Amino acid sequence: MTLSRRDLFEGAAAVSAAAALTGPLAIPTPAGAAPPAPSATELDLALTVNGQARTLSVDARVTLLDALRERLGLTGTKKGCDRGQCGACTVHVEGRRVLSCLTLAASVAGKQVTTVEGLARGDALHPVQQAFIDCDGFQCGSCTSGQLMSAVAVLREGHAGSDAEIREWMSGNLCRCGAYPHIVDAVRQARDGGAVA
Amino acid sequence: MMHGFDFAVASTVDDAVDRAAGGAAVLAGGTTLVDLMKLDVLTPGQVVDINALPLRGITAGRDGLRIGALERMSDVAAHPGVASGYPVIARALTQSASPQIRNMASIGGNLLQRTRCGYFRDVHTPCNRREPGTGCPAQDGENRGHAVLGTSASCVATHPSDLAVALVALDASVRLHGRTGDRLVRLADFYRLPGDTPQLETQLQQGELVTEVVVPALDFATRSTYVKVRDRSSYEFALASAAVALDIRVRRIRDARVAVGGVGTVPWRLPAVEAALRGRPLVPEVFQAAARSAADGARPLAHNGFKVTLVQRTIVRALTEVAR
Repeated sequence: MTLSRRDLFEGAAAVSAAAALTGPLAIPTPAGAAPPAPSATELDLALTVNGQARTLSVDARVTLLDALRERLGLTGTKKGCDRGQCGACTVHVEGRRVLSCLTLAASVAGKQVTTVEGLARGDALHPVQQAFIDCDGFQCGSCTSGQLMSAVAVLREGHAGSDAEIREWMSGNLCRCGAYPHIVDAVRQARDGGAVA
Repeated sequence: MMHGFDFAVASTVDDAVDRAAGGAAVLAGGTTLVDLMKLDVLTPGQVVDINALPLRGITAGRDGLRIGALERMSDVAAHPGVASGYPVIARALTQSASPQIRNMASIGGNLLQRTRCGYFRDVHTPCNRREPGTGCPAQDGENRGHAVLGTSASCVATHPSDLAVALVALDASVRLHGRTGDRLVRLADFYRLPGDTPQLETQLQQGELVTEVVVPALDFATRSTYVKVRDRSSYEFALASAAVALDIRVRRIRDARVAVGGVGTVPWRLPAVEAALRGRPLVPEVFQAAARSAADGARPLAHNGFKVTLVQRTIVRALTEVAR
């Protein structure tokens, strides 16, 4: 059996949560803040994710981002700011790049969703993924899946004509490591390699 | 986690109107609503998704431009009739938000988006716009991004939409649909100054939907632009912006449209600047003289006094670009 980094993290989280629950104190809640009442609507959704038909039963409050990560196990899409300000959660809905953190899962019923897990074909990386590796287009990786989804869209939209145009049309994806010059290199390389998928 | 709500998909416009009349929040692109629900600024008990409604379509012709309220910002900006006939609209849109948000956000939602004032967005602070009567910490607090025009003792929040500035310059209207029918409201009248009631932001009544934007024909809108000055070169709200259109005949200005953003509590049309341009020669001195009245009546706060000068220079730059 091989353990992934995620298995280890999830195992550790379960252990510490169990420890907290068996302790003498109740889990504290913020002063005066009653836990929000659950929604009356639990919604059954059918959608297509990375080409596969999926069904979900979700509370109306669940965002597409949380549905992908917590319900479908597709943790490649990252939760950065969770407020529509960083672009880490970028996915494609019906072929268009959008922010999954500001999208209610309920509102994508019946739609086609593509996440970073849907870019590669088996073990063959998408040319944009390969270009990010070739050009060293990332450091910590937190923003990378969002950068990749935007980069694929930028090429498809025809917005990668010049470096200035690439920078402008990639501006919805922030990188706190400051890998921007290499990200521009990667998009340019993918463009010159004809990567418009 | 957001407060709980009931979710429904409207099948007809009348269904949506009924639900909105009953207090449901209207979901189109979600870029304002979901954001503010996560912040607990908005806590609706019901949400009605209107995306399946037939409020689409962009038509640009001899009698002007019509944009369905559910059209997305990116699609409007890329529409050939908009890009060629109304560059000020296309440029205001492509300089707004990010490509992802422009793919999501609807035109109706853009016009109804809420202020980015940090106190409005933080439920742990007072805010007259969010909770009438609690006070306005921005008056003596962090107010670098706030308005200098149209402010009151109750509120100094800046209106955030770039599109609205372009549309006010073009004398556009919004069509509102309610239980009793349709009405067309000039966008300049649609937005309300904060006064003593900053919580009342527009003329939209509960149970009304914005269904369409109507821009009257304007020949010289082909010669228009939108200049936006901000803290970073992209993906940022305006510190000052200018929407301008010039009707130029033989190096003279026959007519002009000027509106500014980033500086007002509502999109701010400048008839005095337009009058100072009309009939004058097309030279930089005229632009500078006309722009001088742009911030008349401004009430600068501790951190935003720079906007008084900046907005004048932004207008001059926009006029210079259009005059080329």
